[in-house]
Amino acid sequence: MVELQYPFDSAYIMKKRRSLRKALLADGSARIKKNIAVLGGSTTNDIVSIMELFLLDQGIEPTFYQSEYAQYWQDAMFPGEELISFKPDIVFIHTTNRNITAFPKVTDSREAVNDLLAGEFDRFRKMWDALSSRFGCPIIQNNFELPLFRLMGNKDSSDYRGRERFITRLNERFYDHADETPNFYINDINYIAASYGLEKWSNPMYWNMYKYALCFEAIPELAFNTANIIKSVFGKNKKALALDLDNTLWGGVVGDDGVEHIQIGQETGVAQSYYEFQSYLKAQRELGVMLTVCSKNDEENAVAGLNHPEGALRPDDFIIIKANWENKDRNIAETAQQLNILPDSIVFVDDNPAERAIVRSQLPGVCAPEMDSVENYIRTLDRSGFFDITTFSDDDLKRNEMYKANAERAAQQAAFENYSDYLLSLEMDAVIDDFTPMYIQRITQLSNKSNQFNVTTKRYTAAEMEAVFESSEYIRLYGKLIDKFGDNGVVSVVIGKKDGVVLNMELWLMSCRVLKRDMEFAMLDTLVDKCREQGIKTIRGYYYPTAKNKMVKELYGTFGFEKISEDDEGNTVWELPVENYEKKCSVIRIHGNEAL
Amino acid sequence: MSEEEIYERLNDVFRDVFDDDTIEVDDLTTADDIDDWDSLEHINLIAAVEKEFGIKFRMGEVSTMKDVGEMVEIIMSRI
Repeated sequence: MVELQYPFDSAYIMKKRRSLRKALLADGSARIKKNIAVLGGSTTNDIVSIMELFLLDQGIEPTFYQSEYAQYWQDAMFPGEELISFKPDIVFIHTTNRNITAFPKVTDSREAVNDLLAGEFDRFRKMWDALSSRFGCPIIQNNFELPLFRLMGNKDSSDYRGRERFITRLNERFYDHADETPNFYINDINYIAASYGLEKWSNPMYWNMYKYALCFEAIPELAFNTANIIKSVFGKNKKALALDLDNTLWGGVVGDDGVEHIQIGQETGVAQSYYEFQSYLKAQRELGVMLTVCSKNDEENAVAGLNHPEGALRPDDFIIIKANWENKDRNIAETAQQLNILPDSIVFVDDNPAERAIVRSQLPGVCAPEMDSVENYIRTLDRSGFFDITTFSDDDLKRNEMYKANAERAAQQAAFENYSDYLLSLEMDAVIDDFTPMYIQRITQLSNKSNQFNVTTKRYTAAEMEAVFESSEYIRLYGKLIDKFGDNGVVSVVIGKKDGVVLNMELWLMSCRVLKRDMEFAMLDTLVDKCREQGIKTIRGYYYPTAKNKMVKELYGTFGFEKISEDDEGNTVWELPVENYEKKCSVIRIHGNEAL
Repeated sequence: MSEEEIYERLNDVFRDVFDDDTIEVDDLTTADDIDDWDSLEHINLIAAVEKEFGIKFRMGEVSTMKDVGEMVEIIMSRI
């Protein structure tokens, strides 16, 4: 919904929230349901109702628990029956500098201030530990915004007795904790408040009148920022940018003006702005955001523009370059298909409002932010939070290389007549074995973002995955695939729960980047081996249809399972006796964890 | 802006905030007359009214306004 995308009109959202909510709920889109506990140190009602809008817009249908006014600490330490039975999927602790219990006094010694700091941090630390051991779910914790006044003036920032310094130090302690604690995320309200304007944000009237720790009209800013973390945790981040070229990546029209006349580089202010934008995109690429081009141009001109010696980006930085005269929505749909991602994982970046409008209407779910003037491009993309990072794995760092290697494989495939000859030519090696601590983070990440090749779409929090890993009731496999073009990383996860001689499959997923490589058969071969070792006689598979996982409707059928039941909603159950199973994969060499 | 115009624009704000196109406010309308008008929605309403007329209510006024008539009086004195 355009009204809920950055830069949004906060007053409009606040005023029209009821009708916006109605429209979102009536749009018929599929959403995952999540329980969100909001533990507030100040009023949270409106924050929650606006956060709901942003989450609905991002494919999440939340149910909220809110603590009674300012009872965040009590709720975390001594949760009542309501919170316990609520079983949160995520806890959001909305505290602000109004909740700091004691600030230094000017008469305090250095040691006294250190003790105060340790005590304050400890109060929070205890709460996080209690929540994490009770609920085992991700925690989102606000940092602290700067104080509204500076008792010591400028010295407040540097003197150990200054409030500003105290808050800065406390924030540092929070960040250290976040750094070493998986599943613990900082909601950076310090940044958001500064960006909004601290004087307006901290208008004390809202505290004194309504016990809101921020001004009423800033609530959408806070809610949006928090919702971006939540959607990232639950695997709803965008994955790729489809970038226009003329007047988006450089000033001018390369086909008309000629490559020597486009604005990019250090010559003029405008050229510098485009250069900064290209540099920003290059840095995004390093974080694992996939870059593609979607431009109405002759390909020759497009590549010439990207080869401009003063530009920051090179043609090599893009996985796919679509420079032609086709409609852009068609190009984007094709890009999605070639990358094996869903169109709604793509953000379309184009300075032309008409192109944006067409893409939005033809491909609902594709975001096309308002790119009105080059000096705003970075801010608009950055603040939209499309790629808000919660976990950051080695895989993210290598993503662009991996997809590029995929494009090379596709080129090679064309040269083979027989598909299995092609597969053999890839010289594939897989490591398929029980989970290992090194990959747990990636395994959890996959379980939260795989939608298409995923038979049950069961999601696991880090704590839940940890529990599966430590339990002897499960047979677990992860699969990592390497070929002559490169390492694809961990691409498949299979989890089955033992019930006597039956293994009930809870999860079978694979990353779409290794479709049609026979990797799923390699996983099955190994699973059957493990079953035999552990005395399992029957593997029982389950398929639960979603809007996105049709490609695996018959997965168990192609594995040789027999369908034993199907209900009205299309949920199917399958069984395979392991006794006479014969290996199905002959194109991948399979190794165990010892090969790592 | 005439009093009549203020009532007209105020009525639209009420309808937006409470998402109810049947609302008709007059000087005697109070929170008791509108189902969803509770203390929480009051903040939202005040913010929307302030935005509509480009004014700010003072702290004391927000909690002591008795009815829509008083709200209109304050608005008239500020624009």
